[in-house]
Amino acid sequence: MEKKELLTEIEMRAIDHEISLVPYKKAAVIEALKIVQKQRRWISDESIDAIANYLEMSAAEVDSVATFYNLIFRKPVGKHVILLCDSISCYVMGYGRIYQALQKRLSIQFGQTTKDNLFTLLPNVCLGCCDHAPAMMIDEDLYEDVKEEQLDKILEAYK
Amino acid sequence: MEQPLTKNIKAGQTLSLKEYEQAGGYAAVRKVLKNNAPQEVQQMVKDSGLKGRGGAGFSTGIKWSFVPMGDDARHPKYLICNADEMEPGTFKDRLLLEGNPHQLIEGMILAAYAIKADISYVFLRWAYRQAAEIMERSISEAYAAGYLGKNILGTGWNLEMYLHTGVGRYICGEETALLNALEGKRATPRAKPPFPQVSGLYGKPTIVNNVETLSCLPHIINNGAVWFKSLSASEDSGTKLYGVSGKVKRPGVWELPLGTTMREIIEEYAGGMANGYRLKGVLPGGASTDFLTEEHLDIKMDYTSVAAAGSRLGTGTMIVMDDATCPVGFVHNLQHFFAQESCGWCTPCREGLPWVEKILLGLEKGKGSTEDIELLQMHTQYLGPGNTYCALAPGAMEPLQSALKYFKDDFMAHIEKHKCPYGN
Ligand code: FES
Repeated sequence: MEKKELLTEIEMRAIDHEISLVPYKKAAVIEALKIVQKQRRWISDESIDAIANYLEMSAAEVDSVATFYNLIFRKPVGKHVILLCDSISCYVMGYGRIYQALQKRLSIQFGQTTKDNLFTLLPNVCLGCCDHAPAMMIDEDLYEDVKEEQLDKILEAYK
Repeated sequence: MEQPLTKNIKAGQTLSLKEYEQAGGYAAVRKVLKNNAPQEVQQMVKDSGLKGRGGAGFSTGIKWSFVPMGDDARHPKYLICNADEMEPGTFKDRLLLEGNPHQLIEGMILAAYAIKADISYVFLRWAYRQAAEIMERSISEAYAAGYLGKNILGTGWNLEMYLHTGVGRYICGEETALLNALEGKRATPRAKPPFPQVSGLYGKPTIVNNVETLSCLPHIINNGAVWFKSLSASEDSGTKLYGVSGKVKRPGVWELPLGTTMREIIEEYAGGMANGYRLKGVLPGGASTDFLTEEHLDIKMDYTSVAAAGSRLGTGTMIVMDDATCPVGFVHNLQHFFAQESCGWCTPCREGLPWVEKILLGLEKGKGSTEDIELLQMHTQYLGPGNTYCALAPGAMEPLQSALKYFKDDFMAHIEKHKCPYGN
């Protein structure tokens, strides 16, 4: 028998609630991906299968949605995700310097995770605080007017 | 100077339901639901001359008028607030979402009533975590106060409101792509017609309006069309949230009469250029608008005047390019963004934008030739209006075509010197 990773009780309950708000099951797929990612930090192939099963969709369909959205992670990420804004106002205000400093401190580039699995570094489009550029988010926390000197202290809080 | 949308907003604070009501909040909903038919609300908003503040600048009243009304109209009808603010350089809706959420909710109730909607959504980008918390709380407050839910204020009209947070991608801000995202699909834009007013979310009549647009509605209803027009310093009605980012002394966002000049906004409100820098170019309304230059500083920032100067008001949030920033690098950054955010549905956009990005990178690294300039020119045609499924690629071409026009010398210097003269 093939081994299937099923959804947990918590995940199913949360997904059921989302299904109750939409006209048909499939329409809840993005919410389902969000729910599962919240529990497991990323969406594995097994998670795709489990969601597909639960919403009566094909795995390919679920994957086509999952891979479209940049905040659904189809690869494992570290304990904390750093989203550094690389859009225009932050470009003008020198996000490049922040990126270099982060690369040096964490020994990773965009798209990579530190060896200790603590941080994943990703570029992100404009974070909507361009009057306080450069800007970045770590998990759900927003940092504005980021300066290189502050990075050690900022990162320390997540260790 | 009146600042109806922001006058009650204090930096870093959120107006509670009680504070909002004390400042006259929800009076418009009380007035209209008791005394006016939905069509009358549509007429008031049409008369006010309100145009969409999300970038396209289309008349809000006229947009609504295409929604089928009457007993045989299909239900549920939907009203959606586009709070997917992701246009690079734009940070105006965040202020309204975080500062005065009930003003937005009241605006949504008014818009929903005007089209007789049954269900409403706030489509909020994921990154606005604080706004998400605030909206969630405020929507519950509005339910508890009887402004949402069943039999609102005893009128027999029902309206549900939900907060939906996205999972990224700029294209979700395009209204038909947003509908697909809400339906749990890939956010590719839809072919029009049918327009969302007739066949939108789940194929039902739907209106999508921007946060700032919706936030204007309570004030229009309370004070009338004549008053709303009088707020403006131009042909267009109302105030506008203008923003400035880049190397200016005081970057920020301010609510000012629509049609305030670019000079006044940049020099007085943003305090002028930071020490040691000169203004070289401005994107007047976000990343997908044409550059303007110093010679345009005295134009009024209204829909007509900015268009007459060869650009677009867009979101009204200006990005200032200073003289120490390389225009080629600047435009490369923009095109990298657009190439990455293309949904990949139509060929010119999916294939053209990465090509443009690559050419610009070559130029910036000093490996470009004059042929590259011609190729870029060609792309501004091929990816221009009418050749693509939605406005993303044509929008991407706006800063490129105007950069080639105004900063040609900089492009040529990269080719002649085989390197970036700005040291990139
Ligand atoms: S460009 Fe970085 S926050 Fe807007």
